[in-house]
Amino acid sequence: MNRSAITKLQASLLIIVIVCGIAAGVYAYYSMSAPPARTRLIVSTTTSLYETGFLDALKTKFELKYPNMNVSFISQGTGLAIQTAMRGDADMLLVHAPSQELPFLKGGYGVNRKIVAYNFFVIVGPSEDPAGIKGKSPSDAFKAIRSAGLNGTAIWVSRGDNSGTYTKEVSLWRAAGLDIKQLRTESWYLEAGSGMTATLKLANEKRGYTLSDSASYILNFNNHNIDLVEVVGASKSMLNVYSAIADDPRNANMTKTNFEGSMQFIRYLVSDEGQQLFADYAVSQDGKPAFGPYLKLLQTKNDPLGNDPTQLIQWISDYAFFEGSECPQQFRYQAEGLYSTQAPVPVLLVSTAAGVEQRKAIACIQSSRA
Amino acid sequence: MHPIIEGIIQAINLILTGDREVFSIAALSLYVSVVGTLLACTWSIPAAIALALRNFHGKRILKGLFNAFIGIPTVALGLYLYLLLSRAGPLGYFQLLYTPNAIIIGQSALVTPIIVSFATGALESVDPDLRTLARTLGASDRQTYNVVIKEAFWGLVLAILAAFNRAFAELGVAMMLGGNIRGLTRVLTTAISLETARGDIALSIALSFILLGMVMSLSIAINLARKTSQ
Repeated sequence: MNRSAITKLQASLLIIVIVCGIAAGVYAYYSMSAPPARTRLIVSTTTSLYETGFLDALKTKFELKYPNMNVSFISQGTGLAIQTAMRGDADMLLVHAPSQELPFLKGGYGVNRKIVAYNFFVIVGPSEDPAGIKGKSPSDAFKAIRSAGLNGTAIWVSRGDNSGTYTKEVSLWRAAGLDIKQLRTESWYLEAGSGMTATLKLANEKRGYTLSDSASYILNFNNHNIDLVEVVGASKSMLNVYSAIADDPRNANMTKTNFEGSMQFIRYLVSDEGQQLFADYAVSQDGKPAFGPYLKLLQTKNDPLGNDPTQLIQWISDYAFFEGSECPQQFRYQAEGLYSTQAPVPVLLVSTAAGVEQRKAIACIQSSRA
Repeated sequence: MHPIIEGIIQAINLILTGDREVFSIAALSLYVSVVGTLLACTWSIPAAIALALRNFHGKRILKGLFNAFIGIPTVALGLYLYLLLSRAGPLGYFQLLYTPNAIIIGQSALVTPIIVSFATGALESVDPDLRTLARTLGASDRQTYNVVIKEAFWGLVLAILAAFNRAFAELGVAMMLGGNIRGLTRVLTTAISLETARGDIALSIALSFILLGMVMSLSIAINLARKTSQ
């Protein structure tokens, strides 16, 4: 064996390793130094919101306005998103399951809930509509899907993952007088156990029905991912409401969370600019908006999705309010100005001298009450 | 058939035009896997040398353990490290979860048994007579080790390469510890998983080409180098 040849090869390999190392080092240096001293904000959010691409647009605009902030989205089903926040691994929530949000507030995990936007869930299915549910009310439609399922003519695909969409699905089955535990044992009822787009694609392959938020459905339909059609659309029981909730910095798990940043982000979401972003975001070519901005709805009494605004405001209160409020008094913390007005909050209010004065005043009022 | 061909053409286009997103994802992937593997080497290679060339109590059990852990499911390891690194966990103080460093730690833990087992095998396969010969020629412990390591050099390289490939191509750890955050912890495997779910097939295909290309060209290069050396 030629010893010197091996040494040469060893040397060249060593050089390759060193070059790799230097490249990695340069990359590390570049990536660490590129965003100079930015504060990180981790938002735990739902797959349906993330997959529409809206959050990328939101991040860009928000960071343009606040260059010292770096927003990261962790996209999971709402149930998992809430658990991530409970462990203190996210700074705030952006989710859509009021029935799961209330325990989060009550458990002392979250404060300052703000409803930011809404749209509707839709039941989508193959255009032949084997269960014949077109035009039916949601609960009649669900009953019809089940009987068609038992006959072997229809299939239902469920998210099956504790997400906001799944939470809604369970409540709709219950409203139709059907027991989800029983349904899960039946062969026409499939559980995807994954995100919204994956579930829609599974339903498309199986020629089944599924429940989706309208934004995810339109996006996938326009991308030619799926050719399922909307069979049951907007109504009160199909309402979908998105809320932002900050972690409670007084919780032992959450003392290190970025409360200031969360509040800055929530204030941005409900500001004129943030609300306009929701209003302008379209996922379809015809420019139909994907979301309705909630604060704009209150302010202008106009629903871009085309529903009766007065009725819609009532629906949202009935569906997504707790004790008659989007965030009852005991779940508010250093939220001055956030709930004082029903109109969008001006962003510049954040941590100005006026804000500090207001904070003191509110603290006084609260202590005198106590 | 049609959308697949369309996807492939778009993918090639993305790669040839040097799409920024594609390349930043590939660069991050390369970075975390290289650093993770090198980090694992710093303790795995000495461990392998000790296991192969020294005698001590419990050596067999230890070797068996490392062998058993080669196939550890990445999601299981991801889960345990997630619980450790979470802000509510024992190492929460360092705030590592959802950073590239968390993926590096996870991958280095993942590949440790691979490097230890493969490197131990390579060192043990060196002819025992060589050690005896070195000893009789008056070599010290250290000098004997040097001889054996030199003989087993390509075996060690292959062990490290196998480790790198495993780190580079795994999904569970990167997803659970990195969180697949765009521009921060999105690596090739998590991006492919997301973009396929999201329906951006062209981007998925482009990323998978890069993943496959890197893994395969590295293997071929090492094999060629090994052949020319023999």
